Amino acid sequence: MINAVGREIPDEILKITGKEPFQGNFYKEGKIFTKAGPSIRPVMDNRHSKLLKSIREALEKCGAHDGMTVSFHHHFREGDLIVNMVMKEIHAMGLKDITICASSLGKAHDPLVPMIEDGTITNIESSGVRGKIGESISKGKLKGLAIMRSHGGRVRAITTGESKIDIAFIGSPTCDDYGNCRGIGGKADCGVLSYAIVDGNHANYCVAITDCLVPYPNLPAHISQTKIDYVVVVDEIGIPSKIATGAAKPTTDQRKLLMAQYCTDVVVNTPWFKDGFSYQTGVGGASIASTQYLAEIMRERNIKMGFGVGGLTKAMCKLLDDGMARVMLDVQDFDLDAVANLRNVNHHRITAGAYANPLNKGAFVNKLDYVVLASLEVDVHFNCNVVVGSDGMITGAQGGHPDTAQGAKCAIVICPLLQGRIPAICTDVTTVTTPGESIDVVVTDYGVAVNPARQDILEALKACGKVPLKTIEELRDIAYSIVGEPRKVEFGERVVGIIEARDGTIMDVVREAKEFKFED
Amino acid sequence: MEIKKPAVAGTLESSDCMVTVEPGGNGVEFDLESAVIRQYGYQIRKVTMETLERLGVKNVKIRMVDKGALDCTIKARVECACYRANEYKGYLPWGGVIR
Repeated sequence: MINAVGREIPDEILKITGKEPFQGNFYKEGKIFTKAGPSIRPVMDNRHSKLLKSIREALEKCGAHDGMTVSFHHHFREGDLIVNMVMKEIHAMGLKDITICASSLGKAHDPLVPMIEDGTITNIESSGVRGKIGESISKGKLKGLAIMRSHGGRVRAITTGESKIDIAFIGSPTCDDYGNCRGIGGKADCGVLSYAIVDGNHANYCVAITDCLVPYPNLPAHISQTKIDYVVVVDEIGIPSKIATGAAKPTTDQRKLLMAQYCTDVVVNTPWFKDGFSYQTGVGGASIASTQYLAEIMRERNIKMGFGVGGLTKAMCKLLDDGMARVMLDVQDFDLDAVANLRNVNHHRITAGAYANPLNKGAFVNKLDYVVLASLEVDVHFNCNVVVGSDGMITGAQGGHPDTAQGAKCAIVICPLLQGRIPAICTDVTTVTTPGESIDVVVTDYGVAVNPARQDILEALKACGKVPLKTIEELRDIAYSIVGEPRKVEFGERVVGIIEARDGTIMDVVREAKEFKFED
Repeated sequence: MEIKKPAVAGTLESSDCMVTVEPGGNGVEFDLESAVIRQYGYQIRKVTMETLERLGVKNVKIRMVDKGALDCTIKARVECACYRANEYKGYLPWGGVIR
């Protein structure tokens, strides 16, 4: 069946998954559903100890079995040691058909590949995958399907019961012997535990893993003792230098600075740029530079930000410290300055659900005026691809891209027209991850295109006369005139992954990659 | 043009390609490794073959490791490798077979 973004979703996939094809952003608006809840094993006996000696013991106590689902958060990013540590034990126990439900997986998890190949891991649910796991899935090594969900989509899938977690393993920078988890302090300081809150609420068993056991009670807890079955202390849960890096150096790349300037021009010349506006941006060089340009104009015009949200960086936190933003809402910290900034009383932790779950009673993303995003590819329908490389290999993650793009009044995508020989603006993206209806403005180094559905933005930008406006087709044509039109990448027949829309419908499928051979 | 000895042109930098040519007796043997082979493999081969034909190279083993080079770069690297392999010492025919 062809879905609302024009992608063919095979009937067989609809049948196996029980999912519907994507039908537009607001398909589930107001549709009532009942939340799913976990099975709870109560602790009343005051002699009960939650402290266990090893991951192995925790797995046994939690009834680890073939076919179970285990979950993880990705706050330790490329420094994560938890996933490999737990999966190594599961592998040693000889368990099979495991589903991993992670908020994201990265290059740190390359050691899982042999476990995919030998059938220990047969399903993966994640925001995305990078490195060797992505390659392994694209080459058809995973027996089941990889399901890629946005951060909000993951919370939705768990709260509706579509994803049932048997055991959640929650790496916690500090924890006490009764399971009060905090994301801050300790050796693997990541600041927040936002992605893991839903696991705490909905998993049948929750195991906290820490390398910094602190005296009881560890308050205020980010995940409470009332959610945690067991606590395991290990030597190391993360590699600090890879968790939160130092603040990125300001970019000197003229192409990025140019795009940053265009992006700032778009923001300040559209109607939502007024006192109290809300804003999310990323960690790329152009995003950070555009935040700095924006700060100058905010100062000049005496405009303050109402709230900033997202994965936070030094550049955003500086706005708070300088009194130019009223609050920062934090789901993830990308650098040490952002972690340290949590001391500011106006820097609030929010859960991934509050941030972006499309099926709660209104997420923070709905209140966004602007979001500045990146993309691997954008097509002439404004569809974005942030998961599958132009060569057909799975190589990225949805993150909050579809959530914020839908929520924000003005969703801006910054991407250079060309990445080496690959045109980022193309006729059809390899895989749709964020629908064009969510994307309003595309900023490239060769000009700025506005989604024709947003005549209000187009009028505002025409009136200001500062932004080099082009149509999206013009941008594509410039790209193709330089690098040539790319040949459509050929895939195998088998579907290896699903790109889930925020609401659980299917946005697109990812097929097995095919070795390239000249056919003559 | 005769390929008299092995020669190399180009680098493995992004947006460049490294071209190696060797004497061959069996027409053009083309071997390509490219970061963008799925999208541009046929185009890269076409440009390479056209360039060799223009230079009058009939027998050659040519290997290219491409890092996303544009057509103009590919042409230049192939031309350069062939002239080096030919031990050509005269003035290069700019605007002639080199375009």
